[in-house]
Amino acid sequence: MSPSPVRSPAVDAPPAPGGKGRAREDAGSQRSPAEVLGVKGAASFVAPAVGIVGVFLIFPALWTLYLGITNLRLTGLAAAEPQVVGLDNVTQALSDPSFLNALWVTAIFVLGSAVIGQTVLGLGLAWLFRNWHGWGRQALEVLVIFAWIIPGSVVAFLWIAMLDGESGTLNALLPGGVGIEWLLTYPMLSIIVFNIWRGTAFAMLLFGAALNTVPPSHLETARLAGAGAWRQLVDIVLPTIRGHILTALLLVSLWTFNLFTPFLLTRGGPNFQTEVLPIYIYRVAISQGELGFGAAIGAIMLVINLAIALVYIHVLSERAA
Amino acid sequence: MSRRVLRLRWLSLLFVLLMVAAACAGDDTSGEAATEDGDATPEDVGAGTEEGEATPDDEDETEAAAEPTGEPVTISIAENAVRGGKNAIMADYLIDYAIPTFTEQMAADGRDVTVEFTESGIEDEDYKSRLALDLSVGEGPDVIGFDSFWLSEFVAAGYLQPLTELVGPEVDDWEGWEQIPEAVAGSLELEGERYGLPLGTDGRVLFYRSDVLAEAGLGEDFQPESWEDILEAARTIAEELPDVTPLQVNAGTSMGEATTLQGFMPILLGTGAQLHDGEAWIGDTPQLRQALEFYDEVYSEGLGDAELQVRADGRDRSFQEFSEGGIAMLIESDYLWRGVIAPEALFPVENRDEVVGWAKIPAMEPGAGIRGQDFVSASGGTGRVLNPGTEHPQEAWEFLSFLGSEEALTEFVEREPRVTAREDVNATGIADDPMLTFIAEETLPITWYRPGFEEYPQVSEAIQRMVENLVAGRNSVEEAAQAFEADLQGIVGEENIRSETG
Amino acid sequence: MTAAGAAVAPGNSRRVVKSVLTRIGFYVMVLLLGVFFALPMLWLLAAPFDRTPTLAAGVPDFTFDNFVRVFENPFVLPSLRNSLILALATMVLVVTAAALCAYALSRVHLPGRDILLYVLLLFSAVVSGTAAMVPLFLLIFEIGLINTHTGVVLVLAGGLMPAGIFILKDFMDSTPASYEESARVAGASALQTLRDIVVPVVRPGLAVIAVWTVVQVWGDFLIPFILLRDPELAPAAVVMFNFYTEGGQANLPLISAYSFLYSVPVVVMYLFVNRRYGFRFYGGIKR
Repeated sequence: MSPSPVRSPAVDAPPAPGGKGRAREDAGSQRSPAEVLGVKGAASFVAPAVGIVGVFLIFPALWTLYLGITNLRLTGLAAAEPQVVGLDNVTQALSDPSFLNALWVTAIFVLGSAVIGQTVLGLGLAWLFRNWHGWGRQALEVLVIFAWIIPGSVVAFLWIAMLDGESGTLNALLPGGVGIEWLLTYPMLSIIVFNIWRGTAFAMLLFGAALNTVPPSHLETARLAGAGAWRQLVDIVLPTIRGHILTALLLVSLWTFNLFTPFLLTRGGPNFQTEVLPIYIYRVAISQGELGFGAAIGAIMLVINLAIALVYIHVLSERAA
Repeated sequence: MSRRVLRLRWLSLLFVLLMVAAACAGDDTSGEAATEDGDATPEDVGAGTEEGEATPDDEDETEAAAEPTGEPVTISIAENAVRGGKNAIMADYLIDYAIPTFTEQMAADGRDVTVEFTESGIEDEDYKSRLALDLSVGEGPDVIGFDSFWLSEFVAAGYLQPLTELVGPEVDDWEGWEQIPEAVAGSLELEGERYGLPLGTDGRVLFYRSDVLAEAGLGEDFQPESWEDILEAARTIAEELPDVTPLQVNAGTSMGEATTLQGFMPILLGTGAQLHDGEAWIGDTPQLRQALEFYDEVYSEGLGDAELQVRADGRDRSFQEFSEGGIAMLIESDYLWRGVIAPEALFPVENRDEVVGWAKIPAMEPGAGIRGQDFVSASGGTGRVLNPGTEHPQEAWEFLSFLGSEEALTEFVEREPRVTAREDVNATGIADDPMLTFIAEETLPITWYRPGFEEYPQVSEAIQRMVENLVAGRNSVEEAAQAFEADLQGIVGEENIRSETG
Repeated sequence: MTAAGAAVAPGNSRRVVKSVLTRIGFYVMVLLLGVFFALPMLWLLAAPFDRTPTLAAGVPDFTFDNFVRVFENPFVLPSLRNSLILALATMVLVVTAAALCAYALSRVHLPGRDILLYVLLLFSAVVSGTAAMVPLFLLIFEIGLINTHTGVVLVLAGGLMPAGIFILKDFMDSTPASYEESARVAGASALQTLRDIVVPVVRPGLAVIAVWTVVQVWGDFLIPFILLRDPELAPAAVVMFNFYTEGGQANLPLISAYSFLYSVPVVVMYLFVNRRYGFRFYGGIKR
C-alpha cells in the first residue's frame, strides 16, 4: 500500500504492506504484473489517456501559459495583433494592490476552508464513521455527499438563502432575532464555511479509505496499553495514513485555490474582501478583456501551487524521519 | 498577422503531439519540447485547414449554401434572446413575425431565402465574448444583435467592416436613415463609417415613488433643479420616513456597467465634464472630484444604502425595494419602467402609473451641466451589425434593413414598448406610454453616449472600482480620484489623460 | 464514540457515567453536523414549490405552477438530455482511459511519474480558468469540432483525466499483485487480468471517479458555453442562464424549479451508484 502520489521514500516506506510486496515484485519475480503487462502492454494502456491529455490538456495549457507573456485581448487592437511583452504582466501584477489583495484573500480561503476545514472535518467524519454502521451514519454521509454533488450554480442560491439578513435560515435559527447580513458582515468566514460544507465529502471519502489501511491489530495493541481515541489517532493512525493526508491536501488545496464559486455568493465583495484569485482573473480577463494578463496570473497561481505541494511533501516526509 | 503565425505554430504542435501520442504512447510530454519549430510548417497546410474544411459543412448549412444569385440562400441571425427565457419577446418576435414576414416578402420576389435564428440566453458579457471568438475566426451569424458600446473594440480588432464596404453604396440610400436622429445613428458609427443599424435607445432619469414623496410632505410632483434639491429632498425623507432609503445612485463593481451608465456618468455630466472630451480621458480633475463629492454626501450621510451597493445581488434588491416603496428615488434607465416594475415583469408595481414618477436628472446647478445644460442624461443603444465573413452580404443587409423598417419596428414596439431609433415609430408606437414618450422627447435631446474608444470597458471598470472604494469607505474622495488616475495611466497612458488638480 | 462506548468495564460507575456522557456528546455532535449539512438544502425543497419564491427558505405556499412554467420552455428537457449525454460520454472516457493508465502506471515503474501526474493536475487548473478560453476555442475550431458534443467531451475529459488517474493509481497500488500473478499463471492476458481481477476489486473506486466526473461535467459552464452554439445542444449549466432577465435579474420562480430539475439527476445517480456499486475510496480487500 503506497498511496502517496508524490513519492518520497521516507513517506511511504514502513507501514505500507502492499507497497513492500510490490516493490519486491517489481525488482525481480518472474511473474510480476509488470511482466504480465510488459512495456508494450503498458504503453498501449497508457496511450488513450496520453492522447487525450496531450491534445486537449497539455497543449492548450502550454498555449495559455504562452499567452501569459503576451498582451492578448479578446477585442481591440491587441486582439488583432497581440505583442509579446515578456514578464511585463507578472511585474504589473506584483505591483497591483488588487492582485496582492486577491493573493492574500486566497491564502486565507485555502488555509481556512481546505487545509483546516475540509481536511480536518473530513478526517473527523471518517473517524466517526469507521466502526459505525447505523442508519444515522448512512444519513449523515449521504447529506455530506449531496452537498458535494449539487451543481455549483444551484448551491449558490442555497447559501444566499441560508445567509440572508432579513429572512435567512441561519438568522431564523439563532436566538434573539438577530438580523445579521452574514455575507456583508462576515464575508470571509461565510465563504470559508460555505466551502467546508461544499467540499468536505472528498476528504471524508479519501480518509475513509485511509483508515481502512490501518491494521486493526496496531490499534488493539495501543488500546490495551491504555491509549484513548485521541492518542490512537495521533500515535498510530496519522503516521500510517500520511500518504493519504498528502493526497488529500494536494488535491483539496489545488481545487480550492482555483475555485470560482465564491463569486456566485459575493461577486468578490463587499469591496473585494472575498475576491479570490479566480475571481480576480475573471475580472481582468473577462470584464477588462485582458486575456494575456489573466493567463499570466494563471501561471503565477501554478507556481504557487507547485510551491505549496513542495511544502506539503517536505513537511510530511520530515515528520516521518 | 501574428494570430496567423500563432495558429500555424500550434497546428504543428498539435501534429507533433498526435505523433508522439500515437508512436510511443508510454513516453509522455516530450511533445512539449517540440513547440519552437512551428514556423517550419509549410504555409499552405495551415491556410488550407483554416479557410477550407475548418467547420464540417453539415454543422453549418449557412456556409455551405451556394452563390447568391437565384439559388436558395440561408442566412442566420443571433440575438441574446431565447424563447421562454431572457428577452423572450425578442425571440418570439423574430420567430413568429420577423423571419416569416421577411421570407414571404422575398418569396414574393421569387427569391428563396431562409433565415435561421440562433438563440442564446446568457449574460451579455458572455454573449460578447463568444461573439468575439466567433468573429476572430471568420465564423458566426450573418446578422448580429449588438450593443453599440462594443463597437470600437470590435472594429479595432478587425471583427467588423463598414456596411458600404461589405454590402455596397446602396446602404446609404436606405430610407430609414432619415428617421434616425444623428446622435442615435452615431452610436453605431466610427470615423464617419456606418457599421450597423441602431434599433433602440434609452435614457436615464430620476425615478421616484410619488406616494413616498407625498408621505414625506414633498408633494407628488418632483423636478429637482440642482443636486442640492435632490439632497434636500433625500434629507427630508430620511427625517420623515426613517425606514425608507431616500436615494439610490448605483456604485460599485457588482452593479457593473449600471454604476457607470446610470450612476457616475450622469453625475459627471452634471459638472460640465465628460469621460472623454475628444482629446483626452478625464483624470483627477476638479469636476471628477465634484462628482465624487456628491457620491460621498449621499452615502456618508446615509441618504443612500452603501451596503446595497457592494452586495452580489445589489441591483436586484434595489429593484425589489423600489417596487415595494423602500427606496424613494432611483436613477435608472427606462428599463426599470418597462422591464422591472411593469405588470408582467419580476417586480411588478400594481399601480405603477400612479405611484411611480420621473424627473430629468439635474446638473449640479442650473446651467452647470455639459454643454451648459440644466439637465443631463446618458444613453446606451442596441442594434445589429453584419458579419464581415457573411457569404450573402446582400441578403443579410436586406434582412437587417427589413428589421429596421417602420413596419417591422412598429410590430416590435407593439410587443415590447420601448424607445426605438426611428422617430416615425416613436411618434406612433409609444404614444400611449407617457414614460417612454418622455424619454424620446425630453431626454434624448439632452443625452450623452459613452465614448467610442476601445479602452472604454476598462475605463468603466476603473470607474466602478473608484466609486466602490469611496462608497465602501476604503478611500476618501482624494484617494479615490488619485487611485483612478493611476489606474487610468495603466489603461490609456499618461499622455491621454487630462488632469488638473487644484 | 461507539468503540469507546463498547469498551466499558462493568461495575465501574465513573466509567459508566463517562461513557454515557461520551455517547451523548457523540449524538449531539452528529446532530449538529447533520443540521449543518442539511440546512442549506431546505431552499431547494421549499422554493421550487412556492407560489412566490424568494431568496429565503420557508414553508412554501404550495404550487406546481413553477414546474409547469419551466416545462413550457422548449430548452429545458433538451438541456437535461444534453447534460446527460456530455456527462456520460465524458465519464466513460475518463473512467476507461484513466483506469487503464492508472493500472499501467501502478504496475510499471516509471521514474518521475508522480511529479508528472502532479504537473498535469496543475495544468488542468490552468485550463479550467477563463484565460484558457482562446486556446480551447481555437483548438476545437481548427479540428472542426466546434458546436459538437464531441469537442466538449474531449476537452472536459482532458481536464478531468489527471485527477482521475491520480486518484485511481492510489487504488491500483492498493490491490495486491498476488491476485494478478494467479491470473497470469492461468494464462490470462493483461486486459483480461485488469477486467476480471483488478476492476472488481477497485469497483467502488471506479464508482467514485465516475460520479465525480459526472458531477464535474454536470456543473461546468465555461467549456460548453465556449464550444457550443446551437441552443438545442446546450447543457443545463448554460440553459440556467436563460432564466435571468435582460438586466441580469434572476427569475426565481423559474430558476428554483429549474434548479430542482437540474439537481435531481445527479442526486439520483449518486444514490443508485451508492446502492449498486458502493461508494468508497477503497478496494475489496478486507482486513
